[in-house]
Amino acid sequence: MAVLIYAESEKNLLKKSAFELASYGRAIADKKECDLIAVVFNLKDPSTLSEYGVNEVISFEDPTLSAFKAHEYGVHLTSTAQEMDVDLVVLSSSADAKYLAPILSVSLMAGYASNVVALPESYAPLTVNRTCYSNKAFNTTILNNEINIIGLSNNTFGAHKKSTPLNVKSGEISPSSGSFKIEKVEKVTGKVTIADADIVISGGRGLKGPENWHLIEDLADVLGAATACSKPVSDMGWRPHSEHVGQTGKPVATNLYIAVGVSGAIQHLAGINASKVKVVINNDPEAPFFKAADYGIVGDAFEVVPALIEKLKDLQNS
Amino acid sequence: MKILVCISNVPDTTSKINFIEGDKEFDRKGIQFIINPNDEFGLTRAIWFQQKQGANVTVVSVGNASCEPTLRKCLAIGADRAFRVDLEPSDGFQVAQQLQAHCQNENYNLIIAGRESIDYNGSMVPGMLSALLGLNFVTNCVALEITENKAQASREIDGGIETISCGLPLVIGAQKGLVEEKDLIIPNMRGIMQARQKPLKVIPPTTSETRSEVIHYEKPAPRGEVKLVEANNLDQLIDLLQNEAKVI
Ligand SMILES: Cc1cc2nc3c(=O)[nH]c(=O)nc-3n(C[C@H](O)[C@H](O)[C@H](O)COP(=O)(O)OP(=O)(O)OC[C@H]3O[C@@H](n4cnc5c(N)ncnc54)[C@H](O)[C@@H]3O)c2cc1C
Ligand SMILES: Nc1ncnc2c1ncn2[C@@H]1O[C@H](COP(=O)(O)O)[C@@H](O)[C@H]1O
Repeated sequence: MAVLIYAESEKNLLKKSAFELASYGRAIADKKECDLIAVVFNLKDPSTLSEYGVNEVISFEDPTLSAFKAHEYGVHLTSTAQEMDVDLVVLSSSADAKYLAPILSVSLMAGYASNVVALPESYAPLTVNRTCYSNKAFNTTILNNEINIIGLSNNTFGAHKKSTPLNVKSGEISPSSGSFKIEKVEKVTGKVTIADADIVISGGRGLKGPENWHLIEDLADVLGAATACSKPVSDMGWRPHSEHVGQTGKPVATNLYIAVGVSGAIQHLAGINASKVKVVINNDPEAPFFKAADYGIVGDAFEVVPALIEKLKDLQNS
Repeated sequence: MKILVCISNVPDTTSKINFIEGDKEFDRKGIQFIINPNDEFGLTRAIWFQQKQGANVTVVSVGNASCEPTLRKCLAIGADRAFRVDLEPSDGFQVAQQLQAHCQNENYNLIIAGRESIDYNGSMVPGMLSALLGLNFVTNCVALEITENKAQASREIDGGIETISCGLPLVIGAQKGLVEEKDLIIPNMRGIMQARQKPLKVIPPTTSETRSEVIHYEKPAPRGEVKLVEANNLDQLIDLLQNEAKVI
């Protein structure tokens, strides 16, 4: 019996989600009194994982694995899980992890629950809580299989330090075959992504046009936040599709979500509801967002946002 | 080229969600059902391949008779034929197994499903189906071109885009971006009339297993009132975010 996590990294640095997964995995491993194993790919120094409760790292290093490939990463995770008698695999909710998990569930003959929001309710049978109906509801799901996979919603458990002695082994690379080839990876550099951000600033049609987006960007800059937008804003081409959040866009589960000039339609709220603290800035006191937010300002975005940026800058400089 | 589009029949995006039978079942009363939005983007791209490259487009849904109006709508949008696998599925794995059985008889070159359904939100079926069939798979697919027997696809990744080339057959998880909102096809009278003549075949399920069971549903606890801050008192907002919510 053992718990296995896939600890994601980028450019040789562990992602924030890796520490959250490790902490979650450690809590389960303590309950089950078993090992917590992390699989890493092309990560030179996995030692910080030991500060979050991982006691065994299987490290795969190979140039062919430098870009994420769901199928091949799946092959290596599967062989590790089988060799090490793993009965529970925990993955994050990143785009890559959600790509990988269903493939892994077939190769491991495992049950899979995505969007899990807390530690299991019980272990025999494994019972978990997940979101469904686009965050409009939760369900309790039983996974009654010899091996199971949990997809943990980001930012629901948090990272908690717990030092453990760590043993690092290198994994054996199995050669890949097939026609699947990654031609190109284009990433915006120097910008916080919606998936990794602690704070997201979102703009809606109330901003009137793309020329006003400096308000959203400047506010995001002072707070170290990612930028997002409502669906019509991306449909009209004011902002790229990748910023569209909501039921049919990207899901958001951050610590702080600030919506500026967004009305708060049910489809918008469905995708961002999992965020912990919500702030709305809107000049219409009747806007539905005020029913979903924790803090609200009834006011004109073109006055409130610049003033807020100034105040936050002053605060940082003091 | 033979294309299959997997259609999930889901509550309209504006639906208020309720549960019955001691919170064990979804309450379908008064709910309008629609094509899962991600599947609609996929279907629209399939119809593009039909019109521009002569593809044949089949749609399939695993479900009881209540999903037939949604399949008819797909036919009215332009699909050539429809199948309904007569089983009310209980999890994504079961759906994937039913679809696998159907695909094994049909030799599709391209199988399109949605990135995720908006009811179970599992993001399970396309990946499981690709693995069960041993086919290439690209999810979060925001662009797809097919020339001869090769596909070029783009996948949205956290913070960027990845371009992939691979051979067919291929399974994709579709999402917005694959086509634009304005490209979505609203069925016209002619399409609706033609759809009535097109084949919608009900096929019996094969044996399949489930790997998970939902035992209970719950709605989020009602939230407290919003705290309003005056627009000319931003210091208070900053104070609340720093000291009460502790998020900045
Ligand atoms: C199938 C389907 C799926 C959908 N999926 C999504 C989704 O995933 N995400 C999504 O966002 N939407 C989605 N929608 C669209 C959704 O229904 C709304 O139309 C959309 O969210 C509205 O966007 P908005 O709030 O930017 O614009 P509006 O509704 O036009 O709201 C603009 C707001 O700005 C305020 N405002 C105006 N001027 C100012 C000012 N000077 N200062 C401050 N505030 C101002 C107004 O009071 C108003 O509340 C979907 C719709 C459908 C049918
Ligand atoms: N019952 C079903 N019948 C046919 N296709 C389905 C069904 N359920 C899910 N799918 C397909 O799988 C995709 C992802 O669904 P899910 O795994 O539930 O998030 C959907 O967008 C559909 O394309």
